Amino acid sequence: MQTMTAWERFVETFFKPAMLAQYWPDILKGVLVTVEIAAAVVVTGLTLGLALASLRAYRLVAVNALIVVFVDVFRALPPLVAILLIYFGFPSIGISLPSFVVLWVVLAFVLAAFAEEIFWAGITSTPKGQWEAARSTGLTFSATLAYVVLPQAIRLGVPPLTNRTIAITKNTALGTVIGVGEILNQATTAQSFTGNATPLMMGAIAYIVLFVPVVVLGRWIETRFAWRRA
Amino acid sequence: MAILTIAGLRKSFGATEVLKGIDLAVTERELVFIIGPSGSGKSTLLRCINRLEEPSGGSVHFDGIEVTSRATELNALRRSMGMVFQSFNLYPHMTALGNVTLALRKVLKKQREEADDIGRRALGEVGLGDKASSFPAELSGGQQQRVAIARALALGPRIVLFDEPTSALDPELVGSVLAVLRDLKAHGMTMLVVSHELRFARDAADRIVFMDRGQIVEEGPPSAIFNAPREVRTRAFVAELLR
Repeated sequence: MQTMTAWERFVETFFKPAMLAQYWPDILKGVLVTVEIAAAVVVTGLTLGLALASLRAYRLVAVNALIVVFVDVFRALPPLVAILLIYFGFPSIGISLPSFVVLWVVLAFVLAAFAEEIFWAGITSTPKGQWEAARSTGLTFSATLAYVVLPQAIRLGVPPLTNRTIAITKNTALGTVIGVGEILNQATTAQSFTGNATPLMMGAIAYIVLFVPVVVLGRWIETRFAWRRA
Repeated sequence: MAILTIAGLRKSFGATEVLKGIDLAVTERELVFIIGPSGSGKSTLLRCINRLEEPSGGSVHFDGIEVTSRATELNALRRSMGMVFQSFNLYPHMTALGNVTLALRKVLKKQREEADDIGRRALGEVGLGDKASSFPAELSGGQQQRVAIARALALGPRIVLFDEPTSALDPELVGSVLAVLRDLKAHGMTMLVVSHELRFARDAADRIVFMDRGQIVEEGPPSAIFNAPREVRTRAFVAELLR
């Protein structure tokens, strides 16, 4: 067997045509799963975070204490630890959740914790005069929060939230350790069958193709939401 | 007939007593100016009237309703008491028209078209009919303050409380806001104004109230307060500001 050039070895390792042809359907399946989980995490995480920040604005002592505990725990805990704990630990106390659900819930909670802090920072940095002006026209506390304060708090939160959301969404790759069939899981499975790194490279490319538009969209949202204060 | 009656009003912040028993009555269609050195409690008095600050004691009656009673539906009451702030406090994410119509839609539950009609009329009254779709950041300070006045007027208030409405404005913009006050006065609006615009007060006010250290020191028509003040403190303050 003639010796391969460095270039041929590189292609053979990362872009083996037979592998590309054999495994692209699996990777595509993984992409769909990743997209599903990511979308579920973003929607539920941001919604929960906004709901918690809004609830916190009512300054009910007991409720706020619970919110702070929730937020601090999920900001401190590495998501991988929470995923393993729930997936492998909870069945022993009678709670068996599908791996998809475990991944979704943990990442949604982590995103909610960060989003709550960011929205809350926006709520507290809205000037007192905004509350007073709205209340002086007869708006209730809740209406002031909904129509005057939250729109401003959300805009303030968009730049930091965009980055945080992308970072947490990429953590869908953690699902591989509990067998969620997302991109990385498909890729590592194929890699261990074949002993070739091509499926991993396909996975990497799939992540880039998937997330570069998200990063670009994030940048667009950031500039769009940057507006001058009166 | 007094529309607003304040009796023995007190307000403390911690150990500091800011209002030490204020008695004041405002008659319908009257333009009353509250003047006095900073820290005298003028703004706090104004803010106690619609309970943006909770008074520590005494009472406020407005239009036959006890404002200071726990049972009073405050949000309903505040519709008929407009308030204008020193720093305008316009909602930066809404257009001028959006600012003016928010309470019309969310408090008075008016449909958008009707609210927009009322809002455009209110903006017209303050000379900003052409700025309905401008955002606050695109308006000058004087224009912003007039939008804030339109926001208060749109709800059809029985009284408007002005808390230093021109203090944050560049001198050349003050006139446009004072012109609106003059116009409102001509239309019979009842107004209570905390302000340092003594020259305007002398020309336009029906009555001047001089406050110092949480008390009303002296009150009377502008001619009496500016030309023949009885109290030494009034004389010193007026002389200083009109100099």
